[in-house]
Amino acid sequence: MHNLKLASVVVGLSIASSGFAATQVEWWHAMGGANGEKVNEIAKAFNDSQDAYEVKPVYKGNYTETMTSAIAAFRAKQQPAIVQVFEVGTASMMAAKGAIYPVYKLMRESGQSFDESAYLSAVTGYYTNSDGQMLSMPFNSSTPVLYYNKDLFKKAGISQAPKTWQDVESVSKKLQASGVSCGFTTAWQSWVQLENLSSRHNVPFATLENGFGGLKTELKFNGPLQVAHISKMGEWQKNGIFSYSGRTNDGAAKFYSQECAMFTESSAGYAGIKRNAKFDFGVAELPYWEGKVKQPSNTIIGGASLWVLQGHSKEEYKGVASFLSYLSSASVQADWHQFSGYLPITKAAYDLTKGQGFYAANPGTETGVIQMTTGTPTENTKGLRLGNFVQIRGIIDEALESVWSGDVDAQTALNTAVERGNAQLRKFEKAND
Amino acid sequence: MTVTFPQKGLPWLLLLPQLLVTAIFFLWPAEQALEQAFYQEDAFGLSREFIGLENFADLFTDPLYYQSMLTTLVFSFSVAIVGMSLALLLAVMADRIIRGKLAYQTLLIWPYAVAPALAGVLWWILFDPSMGPIALWLKSAGIDWNHYLDGNQAMILVVIASTWKQISYNFLFFLAGLQAVPRSLIEAAAIDGASPFKRFWTIVFPLLSPTTFFLLVVNLVYAFFETFGVIDATTKGGPGQSTTTLVYKVFDDGFVGLDLGGSAAQSVVLMAIVGLMTVIQFRFIERKVQYS
Repeated sequence: MHNLKLASVVVGLSIASSGFAATQVEWWHAMGGANGEKVNEIAKAFNDSQDAYEVKPVYKGNYTETMTSAIAAFRAKQQPAIVQVFEVGTASMMAAKGAIYPVYKLMRESGQSFDESAYLSAVTGYYTNSDGQMLSMPFNSSTPVLYYNKDLFKKAGISQAPKTWQDVESVSKKLQASGVSCGFTTAWQSWVQLENLSSRHNVPFATLENGFGGLKTELKFNGPLQVAHISKMGEWQKNGIFSYSGRTNDGAAKFYSQECAMFTESSAGYAGIKRNAKFDFGVAELPYWEGKVKQPSNTIIGGASLWVLQGHSKEEYKGVASFLSYLSSASVQADWHQFSGYLPITKAAYDLTKGQGFYAANPGTETGVIQMTTGTPTENTKGLRLGNFVQIRGIIDEALESVWSGDVDAQTALNTAVERGNAQLRKFEKAND
Repeated sequence: MTVTFPQKGLPWLLLLPQLLVTAIFFLWPAEQALEQAFYQEDAFGLSREFIGLENFADLFTDPLYYQSMLTTLVFSFSVAIVGMSLALLLAVMADRIIRGKLAYQTLLIWPYAVAPALAGVLWWILFDPSMGPIALWLKSAGIDWNHYLDGNQAMILVVIASTWKQISYNFLFFLAGLQAVPRSLIEAAAIDGASPFKRFWTIVFPLLSPTTFFLLVVNLVYAFFETFGVIDATTKGGPGQSTTTLVYKVFDDGFVGLDLGGSAAQSVVLMAIVGLMTVIQFRFIERKVQYS
């Protein structure tokens, strides 16, 4: 870091016009492709807007790679000031008290005006501590929605998007009768079909407010609702209503190729679908089970937030704080939201987007926001805060795959996953107590 | 016959770079792994607690760990056997070609230059159940290819992806070995009326045994240690745990799951296994190998 500063001073001096060097702020992120270019654009706009600080975005690979390299850098005392960490890593970051600089504290100590109530509570709920203070700055949050192929729907004589899982079943049957080979496929199965299923039905995924209440949390996703849903999906896998397509978002290929008529995927998948789908498509809310809940609750988020790491100078932190303020300003947020399909993180950004007529011009783009903001989040729908969550997701993936392949029934698979997942939680508890 | 050099210092000096590299890139990390295996630590290294053999106890009471060992054995021997037999076949054929020899040899060596993760992605695309050309071709031939659901198919896929680039390496050694076989021996056998097949099995193959043995060791070590990139790019250890080999588990628990102690314990076990394997190979199998 010191060398870098020195280098920038040298560069600054050699350029005759600039008398002093801006303080450098390094930002490690995991946004590749078009989103990565947008990130560079945002940083450049910030740098151009003032001359005291210079934010340097660095692409570090996927979420896991970005997080692990930041941790490795921290251990080597070479950490960046800001790092983007996916929602699954939240508990690990929060537990690392000596490594992070909580955002609410940073903002206060840097004298930035910071109103936590300006943010959408469904988004920030994931990143606040038990006192309601924001520990990280939400940047790119998404939530799962249902994409459907309007052309195939029309051909099968279906006029409405499915609202409930019962609808998904009957619609799929009609589609299959019209010659479509698969009803629906899903991306991120644990996130969509278990985590969000639970929050949509206001059912706990884990004890102690899904882990918000402390490290002694235990997994609870083997309850009757989850078992019924997974067992139904196992049945659907057999008759082609559901078709499993991998752990991440590989299922997009099946949706693009029109093999599957519906796709449960992140709201941030919108841009990709818009680019690749050679058909008319619609966006609907994530289905729920009729009869299991009167009014479906909000879904929970995925995506990532920005964490500030310890070990930098006061001057740099001032730069970080002013950049974070810039980042959550309505115009920057609205632009990012409209470009990427990620949710707006503040009410102002949402209102601005609405005012600009974006939702009217791009039908479906508001679905995720509406779904996220229905009602006040409860302790079951605020989000998940589980240690070793990356590994727990892996365990869930394995369990679900054994159901899809017909090797194990849903109850047994979920029981095993809960048991193995709890062992991971205990391990985390021991390492962080 | 032994050659002796009068100087004592020079040989050591010449060895020094290699020894340094070994010390820095193998001995030091190995020592770190050994130490780490006895601790439980949070990801950031802020707190550290000595827990003795607990990491190992966790491993050896986990039935999935034994399953992973079995998976590793199936995977490694499949990679070694498939990779070596195909390479031998190609080497024998390339050795016979007279015209365009260099072009064939170059083409066959090419895949070795491809990074493991890239090779993984390549095969992942070819075998993708909905858009992969090979998967679609298999489907039209009546084989329902879906390695996302079928553990055996997933295993076949990772074996193919891992073997593919290793074939080039094996090919190179087999070809060199074949070219070292004295022509006079084969000609004599031919004059005695031995069929090409017989000539291969009774003369060429035994003369190749040092090469074969060397390659077996190299291939097993490759399959044990260097294949996590391929597995990560193709199946991520799934479906279920059907392609989670020991080294993939080390990578997954350590780099993805940030369970450093557990991962270190696994790598210590892995080191011990490979060490043991090498000793067995050199002590018992090498005796049966004939060096000319």
